[in-house]
Amino acid sequence: MRRFEVALPESLDECLRLLADRGPESKLLAGGTDLLPQMKNGVTTPKRVIDLTGVAQVHVLERDAKTGLRIGSAVPARQVELDARVRDDYAAIADGAALIGSVQVRNLASVGGNLCNAAPSADMAPPLLALEAQAVIAGPKGERRVPLSDFFTGVRTTVLGPDELLVEIVTPPPGPRSGGSYLRHTPRRELDIAVVGVASQVTLSNGVCAKARIALAAVAPTPIRATAAEASLEGKALTPELIDRAADLAVQSAKPISDQRGSADFRRHLVRVLTRRTLTTALARAGA
Amino acid sequence: MAKQILSSTINGEGVEVLVQPYETLLDALRENLGLTGPKEGCGTGDCGACTVHLDGKPVASCLMLAVQARGRSVTTIEGLSDNGVLHPLQDAFVRHGVPQCGFCIPGVLMAAAALLAENPKPSEEEIRYGIAGNLCRCTGYTKMITAISEAAQAAVPRSA
Repeated sequence: MRRFEVALPESLDECLRLLADRGPESKLLAGGTDLLPQMKNGVTTPKRVIDLTGVAQVHVLERDAKTGLRIGSAVPARQVELDARVRDDYAAIADGAALIGSVQVRNLASVGGNLCNAAPSADMAPPLLALEAQAVIAGPKGERRVPLSDFFTGVRTTVLGPDELLVEIVTPPPGPRSGGSYLRHTPRRELDIAVVGVASQVTLSNGVCAKARIALAAVAPTPIRATAAEASLEGKALTPELIDRAADLAVQSAKPISDQRGSADFRRHLVRVLTRRTLTTALARAGA
Repeated sequence: MAKQILSSTINGEGVEVLVQPYETLLDALRENLGLTGPKEGCGTGDCGACTVHLDGKPVASCLMLAVQARGRSVTTIEGLSDNGVLHPLQDAFVRHGVPQCGFCIPGVLMAAAALLAENPKPSEEEIRYGIAGNLCRCTGYTKMITAISEAAQAAVPRSA
């Protein structure tokens, strides 16, 4: 790696002061599982790396019955994967966290880093999009909240300015009789990048689907919602036929490219299959 | 920028060492502390040869900056045995003749030790998943899984 300075802030305020000063030539470091490979490959060459290890505010993982789940931006995926509160009520998030990298990567890789790196294939994005999470961002002018659906602006780009920091991700409680699931297709079991990823989240009421959210990874420049598919399910009983039809509609929302991981056609096929599977699992989990 | 003082617990001992800001934990362990057990197989977190325990959890030390270990506890393969007594995993690996070239072995043992600390009686599937972050070019993994399974069956719980 090219040589760089390191800053070791002990508070969020100190971190923001550092960013206000030399934000554009700095990079924030949480788990380093995206940043260090990029630095080693010369893809990114910051003059200064700001280590978040000592900033307590970005390491919180809390659940509140009213406000929901708060995931600090530097919380490792493995912690989220194993947390009973996440697995119980926000299962799609635990599903996504469990799939990142390997165990050795997940003990470092942060949820926030996965979002800020903003790969189209980011595994944390579809579950958090399907659960309508919000990004809490701190900057020189204070704090702002951005719905995650507005957070991604293009391939590897987000709304974050060079003097801003993602502090945490807040996910509202999905409500009773809710269930979710995230699946992705990869050629290898571990240490791979999603060819396609799909998250489904449903809430039932009086035997019908009151709310459905479906989000897709790796089939557009950013992670996206499959809104037509969602609309086709709301207010109806989720039969296998309806789920199949929603899977077809999800394909229509996808704009995949062909690359070394798969052709556009293969990706469209995967969207159909994974939408059907995750909706079926989400429904089962909602009923349980 | 000047070197930083890294204060850490390494294999149970309090240690203070000077590190460059841009040095990885793997580099600091190998070059500054002479702990050459963890290896650099890829440098990008994909092979597991650099696996060490950070506060008891298996991590890719090639992806951490050394300064990130400040105030924390690191265990390398050198710290897996206890006063010269091999860990049951190490003993099983020796008896089953698991290592061929040996390069992946420290990483595999650290991953396996972390697995058994969390899941003392793993199924074969769980063992395979537990070492799925470790690549081995030589052995085909079969004897590793047998050895880990045997060590798990025989083990009296102890801290890694």
